[in-house]
Amino acid sequence: MKWIINALKGFWTILRRPSKAAVGIVLFMGFAGGLMFWGAFNTGMEATNTEEFCSGCHAPIVAEIRDTIHYANRSGVRAICSDCHVPHAWTDKIIRKVQASKELFAFFITKTINTPERFKERRAHLAEREWARMKKNDSLECRNCHNFEFMDFSEQSPRSVRQHSTALASGEKTCVDCHKGIAHRLPDMHKVEGWN
Amino acid sequence: MMKKLILITLSMTFTLISGFAVSQDRGIGGVESLRGNVELEVTRAADPLKKVPRDQLDIESSYVFQPPLIPHHIRSYEISLNANKCLSCHSWTKAKQMGATKISVTHFTNRNDEVLADVSPRRYFCLQCHVTQADAKPLVGNSFERVKSLQ
Ligand code: HEC
Ligand code: HEC
Ligand code: HEC
Ligand code: HEC
Repeated sequence: MKWIINALKGFWTILRRPSKAAVGIVLFMGFAGGLMFWGAFNTGMEATNTEEFCSGCHAPIVAEIRDTIHYANRSGVRAICSDCHVPHAWTDKIIRKVQASKELFAFFITKTINTPERFKERRAHLAEREWARMKKNDSLECRNCHNFEFMDFSEQSPRSVRQHSTALASGEKTCVDCHKGIAHRLPDMHKVEGWN
Repeated sequence: MMKKLILITLSMTFTLISGFAVSQDRGIGGVESLRGNVELEVTRAADPLKKVPRDQLDIESSYVFQPPLIPHHIRSYEISLNANKCLSCHSWTKAKQMGATKISVTHFTNRNDEVLADVSPRRYFCLQCHVTQADAKPLVGNSFERVKSLQ
């Protein structure tokens, strides 16, 4: 035990002395630490961005998406869950809940969407939240891939052009106003504007 | 002599008949069908799937009261208890703004000829009568002609 403390003390004196070596070591440690942190952070983020990860809790949704254009299409370019969703602001929401209390987390899971019936009941509410979020950021996630500036109206079908060159171009409407259910089955729409 | 002749003819006929029977047991016996000229035992390569165009010109009706055909793609358009994507453009309140055809007034009557305030349940599932059209040639000849009034 003692030798470790002694070694650390020695190391500390080197660092405290204003020498070139100390500066070098400090810089190197900062660099290495930064790399390690960045790596771990990225791996964590990538792991939580995969479809398998989401399917842990959203299995029915992952099954539904297979029929849609963002899963399979002629060009093979895909949009995965995390391309369209900030995965419920992982960093603060869920993780904080895990930290706060494990029971609360379990309660949180078991309560809202864990059975088909509960999901069915909750779905409209969740969809509303997503629409509100995307309306607020002007469908930022869609626009990450679909840039209005580069939409070639001569390539689009007349039905698309009619809407895109008017309501979309003027900014009166945003993608999710018209493309609800683009990746999922819809909840009860009878009270939703444009559907009733 | 006569007896021998009869015997020979008979045995030849039998041989021929049984020979035919055996050869017709297998294959299509040279008869071509919609499946093409392929023996029964062979699994023929499938035809390429037909594609529904994103948009096409309105397809004219062939007979009076024909449910109009859908002139555009409908991939992933949901029609369920929860939502009816067709009506989000073709209902009376949306049609004009969306440049779509209004659903017919007949869609508001139920089977007792009572006029309802909204689309009748028996008309709700659009694809029961309206379908998309791919660019596919008819498989068999057809001499159907439109009635005079639609020509
Ligand atoms: C630990 C389980 C779990 C995992 C893993 C998970 N979710 Fe969720 N998610 C939930 C629960 C529970 C809800 C419902 C919250 C509620 O009822 O308020 C939810 C709701 C949502 C919603 C609805 C919007 C909202 O604000 O609530 C979206 C979108 C969503 N999840 C996307 C994702 C994506 C994308 C992933 C993968 C990156 C993912 N989820 C992974 C448990 C999970
Ligand atoms: C092309 C973009 C896109 C992709 C890809 C996508 N979503 Fe969504 N998601 C949406 C939109 C838009 C909504 C809002 C409701 C709607 O319009 O269907 C939504 C809603 C949701 C909801 C709320 C409940 C509901 O059904 O409305 C959950 C949960 C969800 N998504 C999870 C996922 C998961 C898990 C994946 C990956 C398998 C995924 N999403 C992939 C765009 C997308
Ligand atoms: C990761 C990139 C990506 C994201 C994010 C994305 N899309 Fe797409 N989307 C695509 C690609 C790629 C295609 C076309 C595939 C093809 O036709 O080959 C497509 C196709 C479409 C189509 C054409 C559908 C059809 O049947 O032809 C619509 C509509 C669409 N996206 C809307 C949206 C909306 C709305 C959002 C946001 C909620 C969104 N997309 C988010 C990549 C994306
Ligand atoms: C005012 C309503 C409206 C808005 C806003 C809107 N769209 Fe569309 N979009 C349509 C309609 C209607 C179609 C044609 C119907 C279809 O393909 O299902 C369409 C078709 C498309 C297509 C297929 C184009 C083609 O003809 O090949 C893509 C891709 C698309 N939209 C993406 C987007 C994106 C991304 C946004 C947001 C930047 C957006 N749309 C905003 C109504 C709208």
